[in-house]
Amino acid sequence: MHLAYPAVLSALLFCTGLYGVLARRNAILVLMSVELMLNAVNLNLVAFDVWLSRTAEETLHSGQALTLFTIAIAAAEIGIGLAIVLAVHRNRGTADIDRLRDTSERHDPDGTGHDARTAEPSDEAQKAEATA
Amino acid sequence: MTLAATAAHLATGPATEAAAGTHGFLSPTGVEIAFLLVGLVTFGAALVTVTTRQLVHAALWLVITLGGLAVEYLLLTAEFIAWVQVLIYVGSVVVLLLFGLMLTRAPIGRSPDADSGNRWAALTVAVAAAAALVWVVVDAFRTTWIDLDGPAAGSTEATGASLFQNWVLPFEALSVLLLAALVGAIVLSRKAKAETATRSGQDTGRDTEGAR
Repeated sequence: MHLAYPAVLSALLFCTGLYGVLARRNAILVLMSVELMLNAVNLNLVAFDVWLSRTAEETLHSGQALTLFTIAIAAAEIGIGLAIVLAVHRNRGTADIDRLRDTSERHDPDGTGHDARTAEPSDEAQKAEATA
Repeated sequence: MTLAATAAHLATGPATEAAAGTHGFLSPTGVEIAFLLVGLVTFGAALVTVTTRQLVHAALWLVITLGGLAVEYLLLTAEFIAWVQVLIYVGSVVVLLLFGLMLTRAPIGRSPDADSGNRWAALTVAVAAAAALVWVVVDAFRTTWIDLDGPAAGSTEATGASLFQNWVLPFEALSVLLLAALVGAIVLSRKAKAETATRSGQDTGRDTEGAR
């Protein structure tokens, strides 16, 4: 098999994940796109390991071992990431990463809009506390 | 699978045509044709995953993407990685994502604000990165071929032997990392609950202190 096939597919999948990370607004969709990028890297690792295990004399199968490590780390990452997203959703009432602007330094251009945007989740949080 | 292939092909016509057209000068073997077809399905499902406006459908298209990648691993004779991919990604990660969508009260049906306002900048960046990466990769590995004959390079025996001969220390460190992630996820999930419990306890009365 030509090595360009898995390499090109991996590059395209990585750029698809890149678009998803940059363009999505829901935090869980961003996590899905991160998974796409990690899978693209995994495909690259496996393809180059299969190539090098034949052309080189003695290899450590490092590509496949690193793929297993990446899969395990991705599983850990998705668990921690979802826990963080759930904690943010519980505190703010939203999972939109566009609304989480507390550390933003832009006060001047949209001062009123900024206040309105931050006021709304706090209202929702108060409602959630009142119902809880 | 063929329905998904046609749907993905219809949804992502020009890009995949261009991706397939760059390899037209090669003389493909059977494995390469199978790899190309499954790759088209995988890439189309990935595109639908990042562009659909229905959040639950994005997770379900992600299943097709990850399953297609498992088939690609099988075609590359890395069978252990393929089954690990099916078990961990399709089996647990997608289920976790669906639970996350459910717990954050994701809207069922179309949500018009799934994409943020900077999607055109994101599209520009992604297309530029894809063009650069594909050009560099094709130019670099034009004369490189993977030899897939003989015993499988990624059979369970080979992977296990290399993992437990050369990679024992990272393997054990990874188990510690997984334990830390487990504890961290539990702490992150418990903390907010404990805070709300104390707040409600302050509101209702003092006797909940004794219960806790």
